[in-house]
Amino acid sequence: MTAAAGAPAPVDNPGGVPLLRAHDIHAYYGHIHALQGITLDVFPGEIVTLLGANGAGKTTTLRTISGLMHPRTGTITFDGTDITHVPAHRLVTRGVGHAPEGRRIFGRMTVLENLQMGAYTRHNKAELEMDFDRVFALFPRLRERSSQAGGTLSGGEQQMLAIGRALMTRPKLLLLDEPSMGLSPILVEQIFDVIRDIHAQGTTVLVVEQNALMALGVAHRGYILQTGRIVLGDTAANLRQNPEVQKAYLGG
Amino acid sequence: MSAAATPVARRRPRVGRLNNLLVIVLVLIAAYVIIAIPSGDQAQQQFVNAVTIGAIYALIALGYTMVYGIIELINFAHGEIFMCGSFVSWWLLTTLGFSGAISDPILLIGVLILAFAVSMVVMGIVGVVIERLAYRRLRNAPRLAPLITAIGVSFILQNIVFVVVSNSIVTTPQIIPNTQLALGPISINLINLFVIVLAVGLMVALQLFIGRTRLGRAMRSTAIDRDAAQLMGVDINTTIALTFFIGSALAGAAGVVQGLYFGITVFNIGFQAGLKAFTAAVLGGIGNTTGAALGGFVIGFLEVISSVWGQGRWSEAVVFGMLVLVLVFRPTGILGQQLADRA
Ligand SMILES: Nc1ncnc2c1ncn2[C@@H]1O[C@H](COP(=O)(O)OP(=O)(O)O)[C@@H](O)[C@H]1O
Ligand SMILES: [Mg+2]
Repeated sequence: MTAAAGAPAPVDNPGGVPLLRAHDIHAYYGHIHALQGITLDVFPGEIVTLLGANGAGKTTTLRTISGLMHPRTGTITFDGTDITHVPAHRLVTRGVGHAPEGRRIFGRMTVLENLQMGAYTRHNKAELEMDFDRVFALFPRLRERSSQAGGTLSGGEQQMLAIGRALMTRPKLLLLDEPSMGLSPILVEQIFDVIRDIHAQGTTVLVVEQNALMALGVAHRGYILQTGRIVLGDTAANLRQNPEVQKAYLGG
Repeated sequence: MSAAATPVARRRPRVGRLNNLLVIVLVLIAAYVIIAIPSGDQAQQQFVNAVTIGAIYALIALGYTMVYGIIELINFAHGEIFMCGSFVSWWLLTTLGFSGAISDPILLIGVLILAFAVSMVVMGIVGVVIERLAYRRLRNAPRLAPLITAIGVSFILQNIVFVVVSNSIVTTPQIIPNTQLALGPISINLINLFVIVLAVGLMVALQLFIGRTRLGRAMRSTAIDRDAAQLMGVDINTTIALTFFIGSALAGAAGVVQGLYFGITVFNIGFQAGLKAFTAAVLGGIGNTTGAALGGFVIGFLEVISSVWGQGRWSEAVVFGMLVLVLVFRPTGILGQQLADRA
């Protein structure tokens, strides 16, 4: 493990043009009004976390950003262009990488094939070589298991594969949906170390978590989501100090 | 994360593969004996027939299994694709003025390539159009909706051929000369050899395509998890269309073979052939391409065995009895229900 030690450089006053801007997003499942006006920004070079209870709409927010579903109203801009109605498979080439909730690796394909799927839209051999090396450096376990079926990996290894696969798309923005879900405390630490490493290598990260303590430990800023609405958005340091956040999400 | 380094792969042991081969050889010997007992000196011919018919069913079964693997639809119109393929090749060969065997080998090869290319491409396109018009908007509907639609499409195709072409049996040109070849101890007719080599070639090509290529990976990933595939940049609409194209093209090839081998076709031939190929797909494990090929040959043998033992009266009953038995006792088939999996 090559953990980048220490806290991330704080971005207290993020300025300039946001890499991602969601403006007043409303999204539905049939009649269920899952997102009721989400507005959030992610600036280049940030780690931003999205916190909230089960069913708050965190996964739905990420799915609307990565184009798996589309908002009924509101706009999403990424890297300066409107992507509100761009389908997921086109966003991959624009630089949105998404490691979805529940890992969703291709269980009957080998680890190597899963990573090759991440590289599906890419053709530059030299760059791909570098990215395979990068992923194998972050997750040496994946190299050892490269010819094994993804479905036979342990939970932690599957999460590594899901993140590695998303990295193979060479994203500008990496969306992570509950990467620590179901993992032992040691593995959770490792995953968050990896998030720091990925960020240190130049990728902007938006991470959804239930583990608010860990998430606020790596993030620069955070948003709190409640029943489809953003109720709070602040720097991670301020959120950690906020009594209501402490009460609701930090167990104190 | 660096602890407990296990050596690379856990592959299937070689002994397992050898065992499989041994089982296949033993089954083939048993089949030969079972065929030989009632058919005497016809045994070899019947054995070759079984492989040939099996190859045709296998080609059709692959389309059922590929479509099921990727969108979980039992495409009941698939038998009609096979039927239409036989009519495309009939139309082409008769329009070109052929009525019987072509003795010039160069001309024969050229015409065969043309007939297969045209029928496969036309039926591939028909399959894609059907998916686009009839199935795509039902992709998230309850399962019964596309199933009933597929039955509807099947009637439409049958009726188009019934009205536009013919409501009775049409004779198709058998352009491959009736020549008996000697391959060592085996005596085999040219047409049988041609059908078997063609079908096995197409199946191997398909297996390599699905297992080894980028588009094959796109198909497998779409079959496993559509959302995850999209997040990798896979355009699932194109991938599903490609699956329909390939499956329908294989049925189109089987349609050409139908004409060349049996010399006849008819508007409702797709129903029973389709049902038998579907049985083959279920037998092999629906969604599993290797299984579908295997199931096709099993059905070919079952049909020939029951016909030599019962003078043909029982072959349908045996095949569909098999379908019922498999559905009741082993619904996942011989090789298991692994969607678009690798061998
Ligand atoms: N596929 C679905 N169909 C209907 N409702 C859904 C679906 N997925 C999520 N929801 C609903 O949308 C809301 C937000 O869910 P989700 O985004 O998964 O929350 P979170 O990720 O924060 O736990 C919840 O009320 C949930 O019940
Ligand atoms: Mg969620």
